[in-house]
Amino acid sequence: MITSFVFKALDRRAIWVIAVLVGLAVLVPLLNLALPAGHPLHVPNYAISLMGKYLNYALLALALDLVWGFCGILSLGHGAFFALGGYAMGMYLMRQIGSRGVYGDPVLPDFMVFLNWQELPWFWYGFDTFWFAAIMIVLVPGLLAFVFGWFAFRSRVTGVYLSIITQAMTYALLLAFFRNEMGFGGNNGLTDFKDILGFAIQADTTRAALFSASALALSAAFLICSGIVRSKFGKVLVAVRDAESRSRFFGYRVENVKLFVFVISAMMAGVAGALYVPQVGIINPGEFAPANSIEIVVWTAVGGRGTLVGPIVGAVLVNAGKSVFTAAFPEFWLFALGALFVAVTLFLPKGIVGALSGLRKWRPRRAAPVMADAAGEAAE
Amino acid sequence: MKPVCRLFAVLPVLLLLLSGARADDSLGDLIDALATGKLKDRAGQIEAIAETGDPQAVPALSALRDGALYFRKSDKKVFMTEKAGTGFVLFDPISGTEVETLAKGAVKKIKVNNKLRRQLTAVIGSMTLESPDADTRLAAARTIFKNGDVSALEALDAALESEQDAEVRAAMELARASALLKSDAQTFEKVKAVELVGTKGGRDAVPLLKELASSTDESVAQAAERQIAEIEKAQALWNSAQTVWYGISLGSVLLLAAIGLAVTFGVMGVINMAHGEMVMLGAYTTFVVQEVIRGSFPGLFDYSLLMALPLAFLVAGACGFAMERGIIRFLYGRPLETLLATWGVSLILQQAIRTIFGPTNQEVGNPSWMSGAYELGGLTLTANRLWIVVFALIVFAALFLVLKRTGFGLQMRAVTQNRQMASSMGIRTPWVDALTFALGSGIAGIAGVALSQIANVSPNLGQSYIIDSFMVVVFGGVGNLWGTLVGAMTLGVANKFLEPYAGAVLAKILILVFIILFIQKRPRGLFALKGRAVEA
Repeated sequence: MITSFVFKALDRRAIWVIAVLVGLAVLVPLLNLALPAGHPLHVPNYAISLMGKYLNYALLALALDLVWGFCGILSLGHGAFFALGGYAMGMYLMRQIGSRGVYGDPVLPDFMVFLNWQELPWFWYGFDTFWFAAIMIVLVPGLLAFVFGWFAFRSRVTGVYLSIITQAMTYALLLAFFRNEMGFGGNNGLTDFKDILGFAIQADTTRAALFSASALALSAAFLICSGIVRSKFGKVLVAVRDAESRSRFFGYRVENVKLFVFVISAMMAGVAGALYVPQVGIINPGEFAPANSIEIVVWTAVGGRGTLVGPIVGAVLVNAGKSVFTAAFPEFWLFALGALFVAVTLFLPKGIVGALSGLRKWRPRRAAPVMADAAGEAAE
Repeated sequence: MKPVCRLFAVLPVLLLLLSGARADDSLGDLIDALATGKLKDRAGQIEAIAETGDPQAVPALSALRDGALYFRKSDKKVFMTEKAGTGFVLFDPISGTEVETLAKGAVKKIKVNNKLRRQLTAVIGSMTLESPDADTRLAAARTIFKNGDVSALEALDAALESEQDAEVRAAMELARASALLKSDAQTFEKVKAVELVGTKGGRDAVPLLKELASSTDESVAQAAERQIAEIEKAQALWNSAQTVWYGISLGSVLLLAAIGLAVTFGVMGVINMAHGEMVMLGAYTTFVVQEVIRGSFPGLFDYSLLMALPLAFLVAGACGFAMERGIIRFLYGRPLETLLATWGVSLILQQAIRTIFGPTNQEVGNPSWMSGAYELGGLTLTANRLWIVVFALIVFAALFLVLKRTGFGLQMRAVTQNRQMASSMGIRTPWVDALTFALGSGIAGIAGVALSQIANVSPNLGQSYIIDSFMVVVFGGVGNLWGTLVGAMTLGVANKFLEPYAGAVLAKILILVFIILFIQKRPRGLFALKGRAVEA
């Protein structure tokens, strides 16, 4: 049937995407490290961390696509999960500084010495070991998503209301993390990192390795997402997206379905944040800003929601555009971004990838648009 | 006998001469006279100064009492002084201007004893208490009340006899009571005085009463304690009233920001993310109007806000209309996409304003009738806050009337409740949508005029209100203006009550968390619409 065809295509597509990502993970660091600086194929150092950043954004957008594209939950608070993962990583990196800080305190990070704190707050315990931090990176966003989703989905908060309370969530966290009393560095956040797992964080090899890790994490996440989407559970997800009440009447526990994918998505966002922080060298409360979370939605929408590949394409394209634009005409970036929002929602409801695949399917068979590909139709 | 007779004969002439001389003599000469003569002559000299009744003499007399009045040895001129290192800075005794700095040896102190000090205090008291200027008298009485100056008792009694002004009189009575409490008056008199001070003295009386509460006289101490408790109770009451007022003030700001959103969301089920930018447009319209007025018609500045109101409504309304026709009407039935598209519009508007006016805050002036403050009992109401509360209520009432009493309002409500049915009854729903959107945006523009008076007018103005506005609308419930009113006021007051305990930021966080939990309990807000609209 048509659906099985679509799923097969997705399958092939997934293999392609993963192959490309793994290829990038090997090739780009190689081109950076092995080739001399003047070589035409040499990848400059700044490009490595820039592209690494894009891949983290892509992972974040992919996480959002899983909940928004396939389950119809428009979260305007995914930036919060990203930032929490980032903070968990940042705390590990802070503890690694040890006595090399400005104040030279062996245990307390600089900002705590500066604020006259006498001892490490309890929630900083354990972050000196990587495995603990690694658990926290997925656990903290996952736990927040679980508690939040538990309440929200159970009481059937849907649509715009859900979007707004997720926005309220990230806004509340933004305000909270700005407070010095919280013990996360307040306004300045966490920065001045020295090394990660014993390697100097500024070193070329470390950056190349972080890039590879980002690419591999993205391909792993892509594998998980397409696995979820192609399973029977994935069909239930789409059913919940397109007709929530009907799925409920069929006997599916809609709230559990939603909760599961929301938590998985939040964990992925946390991993994205954790990989992002060592590459940019800072995490501060600004990452919680509601505007950031909305921007993630735009990457997903531009690429094409409900396609899994789309968000990756969208995140990379929009951010590359942002890099070019803000360097060339800083005045006009917001105009461009705003126009992009409007244009995509009006003219490209399925995004770039959705439009392209629609084109390909339409040409050889001259048939009506594919019914199963209802991603763009999903209201609420 | 003879010399005496001669003296008597000469005396009238002498007096005449003296009085004539005094009329011509400036106050300065009388003060300079203090440098001559001995200690026993000084009482007469002070008396002479007091008789002039000139309040300008008061600083010099106070300086004399406090031992800060010196004379220059070279010319025997009198100056008020201030120690500066080893020397003295000299000030003119009347004008108070600085004259010069002299070494310690060049000046000499004018000595007074305790008897003279008492006399001086009484003289100063009566000179100020009987000054022709009511404000001087009031200030003098208040000073005595604060210091509890026993020596001023007689002067107060004398002044009270002739005092006409009720306010000054009340202050004097208070001052008298406080002076009495410091004196060795009878117990019953003191208890009465305590009661007077307690009931009339307010906050300022507390230190005095606290002192008395530990007095040895039991009944006085008890009375004082009772009065302290009373005052503190009243104070606590006024404080909560003040907090409520701050809450209402914040609530009306929220109401202004959210009410337009309630209209658009209520009818179309779409949250307009560019709503904050409509508020910003209103504020910038005010700025432009004021700039034009400053440049061309400075006399009309007080009316600038009144002129800005309709213009802001039109500017923001037109912008909203264009948005609805250009973008939103293609996205009906897809609320989440509308949210994104309007967010895009908000980015464009923000950047446009930033490009035109620059990223910095613009100065929007307060007209004269919006500055100042009113005292109401223990409450302080600043004029601009008061006007904003009034204005928010007027906007609310006007909108309410439009919705309930006009044909357009009827159509709007019909579309809100059942779009298809309204359409089949012949209402042009697309047209209603466009006008509703324009109305909601226009109201946001009006809100911008008001908010320009209390907030920074910058391109980020809208952003700072948009999330709060959402919270109000979602909390109050969609499609119900009363919900918005109650929601805004509740959140405002709750915020202000939490602030003293939790701090401003934490209070806001608590409110956000509360709303998130509240939505779980009542997913459709405080005043949910009933009927088919609910599951639409």
